[in-house]
Amino acid sequence: MQRYFLSKLGQSVLLLFGVLLLVFFMVRVTGDPASLMISREASPEAVEAFREKMGFNDPILIQFGRFLSGAVVGDFGNSLHFKSPAMPMVMERVPATVQLAGVALLMAAVVGIPLGLVGGFNPGSAVDSLGRGLALLGQSIPNFWLALIMILFFAVRLEWFPSFGRDEWKSVIMPAFVLGLPTMGQIVRLTRSTVLEIRGEDFIRTAHSKGLEPRTIYVKHVLRNVAIPLVSVIGVQFGYMLGGSIYIETIFSWPGMGQLVEQSVGWRDFPLVQAVAFFISMVVLLLNLLTDVAYAVIDPRIRYGK
Amino acid sequence: MANKERTQAADSLLDVERTFKDRLAYAGRFLWRDRSGIIGLVLFLVVVVAAVFAPQFSPYDPLKQNLRDNKMPPPWSAEGNWDHLFGTDNLGRDAFSRILYGTRVSLTVGFFGVLIAGTLGMFIGAIAGYAGGRVDAVIMGLVNLVLSLPYLLFVVFVAAILGRSLVNVILIFGITDSPIFARVTRGEVLRIRESGYVESAISVGARWPRILFDHIMPNLMGPLITLATFEMSRMIFYEAGLGFLGLSVPPTVPSWGNMLANGRKYLTSSPWIATFPGLAIMFTSLGMNLLGDWLRDVLDPRLRRSRK
Repeated sequence: MQRYFLSKLGQSVLLLFGVLLLVFFMVRVTGDPASLMISREASPEAVEAFREKMGFNDPILIQFGRFLSGAVVGDFGNSLHFKSPAMPMVMERVPATVQLAGVALLMAAVVGIPLGLVGGFNPGSAVDSLGRGLALLGQSIPNFWLALIMILFFAVRLEWFPSFGRDEWKSVIMPAFVLGLPTMGQIVRLTRSTVLEIRGEDFIRTAHSKGLEPRTIYVKHVLRNVAIPLVSVIGVQFGYMLGGSIYIETIFSWPGMGQLVEQSVGWRDFPLVQAVAFFISMVVLLLNLLTDVAYAVIDPRIRYGK
Repeated sequence: MANKERTQAADSLLDVERTFKDRLAYAGRFLWRDRSGIIGLVLFLVVVVAAVFAPQFSPYDPLKQNLRDNKMPPPWSAEGNWDHLFGTDNLGRDAFSRILYGTRVSLTVGFFGVLIAGTLGMFIGAIAGYAGGRVDAVIMGLVNLVLSLPYLLFVVFVAAILGRSLVNVILIFGITDSPIFARVTRGEVLRIRESGYVESAISVGARWPRILFDHIMPNLMGPLITLATFEMSRMIFYEAGLGFLGLSVPPTVPSWGNMLANGRKYLTSSPWIATFPGLAIMFTSLGMNLLGDWLRDVLDPRLRRSRK
């Protein structure tokens, strides 16, 4: 267990270094980061002064060293738009995004898991068709479009929910639903196919032939095994939501990290984009690590296999 | 019931021995038994035909502005008329013609994106799976790095740096999506390498290029075609999303994402401007997902039993 954990931890640290490399070189990929970040109308002298100030004239290795030594203490330089350190501005946005993703995931799980279970135990039933239809829709509806349509009906026409902002508890419902819909579909699909698969396993047949009550079999044998893939999907999806809420936060003016990405891209404020990209990647890697650990705790095959 | 299961089992046993061509013929017969597969295929073909014959089907020039007829609603609402099937936008451009031309952008991005991602990924994955050892470890480490990143965030990041152009969008999707193809290819190569026919090919003295191209590649095609369908649908989706954020093709090009971004500004007064491009994305995506599900069932007999 300890060795498994340490090797996963080592992998994550390596991946994090890879993320830093990527974030550093991405703004330099066009060859001239200064003209990327400064407005197009700036005079050549102003661009040169900016280049000097940001240290873009130094050798690339020195620049990278400076970037790294800043990054390990969470210093990604100043935001060009706000003229203040970038990382604290990202941290300010964390609670809103975590709240949105958390509610979205909760909605997806609360609707998706029961639908998948019922569908798996009764394939072909009405509930099963409903679940599969939902899964297909969740996969196919562009969420940025669904967000607009929902604003039109539930905020403008019916006035049930506010169309933007984060001022009251009702504000989170629409963005969370839209953000969670694809995940809901995925959870339905996964739960359903896992139940179908496990129902045909030998140990279930044995349990039946021992004369165990169906309810005991479902709870003790089937549900425990369904939990294993679900844990990993939920972990991955939470990470996906943290980084993937850009459209949703933009449309609903939700003051989270996704909105910050959209805004700072518009301002050409790339130090800020770098800080957000690094922070979210770090959280996603951490989530993956936690998922791996949870996986090993639930599934003894992984714990003892390595 | 038991009988049916047995014939299904026999079917899948036979499939293992079938070549790719036989499977395509089999796919044709299978299609008639699976309605959702037909729906998917029809939707996909409609989109392809719309893209190819966009100039013939379009009643208007998609770029032509006509400010006198701006924000005209579709014909089924009170003020609309049949001149503009899907209404007009804020500059009086015909929405139906723009949607037809928009299929060209979406399919171009989807097709070339998948072509680049598939070729690149297949190459990388085949090397990793075939070479094994340290090469495999390094390649898969890189692949896992890219796959563990928050995808959308980095796509937005790169698109903002490179600027708005069709070629950039295709390159971004082609490169960022190749790790998925690499991972699937590697897994399949590892599985096929252990199979009896590869072992016997090695034992009769076949060299690695022949094994790779004659034995492994043909067996790879099934899973990769399925994956390509899903990934193409995903790219069309993300291209529209980038367009919506103003980061895809230039604003003058009629694309679904650009139309949505424009329609968002007039959402409450003229909701149809944003509605139709969204529906177009949804039906394209729905069609390709149905098609992909069906292809997976047909081309990969091992997965068929999970369906029922």
